[in-house]
Amino acid sequence: MSSFKIFDIAGSGLSAQSVRLNTVASNLANADSVSGDPTTVYRARHPVFQAVQQKMLGAAGLADQSEAAVSVKGIVESQAAPQMRYDPGNPLANAQGNVYAPNVNVIEEMTDMISASRAYQDNVEVMNTSKDLMLATLKLGQ
Amino acid sequence: MPVGLDSYLGVHADALKVQTQRMDVLANNLANVDTPGYKARDIDFRTALAAAGSPEGGLTMTTTDAKDIALNATAEGGAELKYRVPLQPSLDGNTVDSQQEQAAFADNTVHYQATLTFLSMRLRNLMTAITGQ
Repeated sequence: MSSFKIFDIAGSGLSAQSVRLNTVASNLANADSVSGDPTTVYRARHPVFQAVQQKMLGAAGLADQSEAAVSVKGIVESQAAPQMRYDPGNPLANAQGNVYAPNVNVIEEMTDMISASRAYQDNVEVMNTSKDLMLATLKLGQ
Repeated sequence: MPVGLDSYLGVHADALKVQTQRMDVLANNLANVDTPGYKARDIDFRTALAAAGSPEGGLTMTTTDAKDIALNATAEGGAELKYRVPLQPSLDGNTVDSQQEQAAFADNTVHYQATLTFLSMRLRNLMTAITGQ
């Protein structure tokens, strides 16, 4: 039984949440990247998480029935329609004077960011606590 | 009267093992807090500890021939994972309640530290007996 598996689990949580924070940052940064063509305009991206199947302890114990860690299965683009705006002064406007704004919902992105940052903090706390416990275990009998 | 170190440490050595496993399971729940369809789990501490303490709880080997060597060593305690009853299941099928998991993790941490204290007290007693000081 590896005692350090907990660091792998919490670490995978950290990296998954950091991918989520990255997509939020990308979505917010591109919230105003308009385009004259609805097919090329930026679309909001969201990661999809997946629990990783892993044999943890070999033959006995928690093996086979337990998933360990989390991974990012992929990043999907939102299929919501881009918002059309009449803005003939914009150099990117099409022949009808319309521009298309990305389908990024800024409020949704902000709540997503808070959720990701809370989950990230949870994983950091798990790592810190288990590190303290392991150091205490190492000092056993001294 | 000979006293083995295992029996001297009593239930605490097994308890530490089960608490480490439980820490892994709870960390796993917290890591999957946003995974669609993930079901939160936990270890039933009482049954897991009973399984870890008794040789029958671990892996056993049957001897079919007189020349077979019987395996008496206790294997890793087969702790069974149970699904948590969700209080507020979310729409995507995830049943991890972050607050509940944090509370369980804190509870497990305190118990782990208590077990460590018991173990170090026993070891200190043993050192006192050995050195006679």
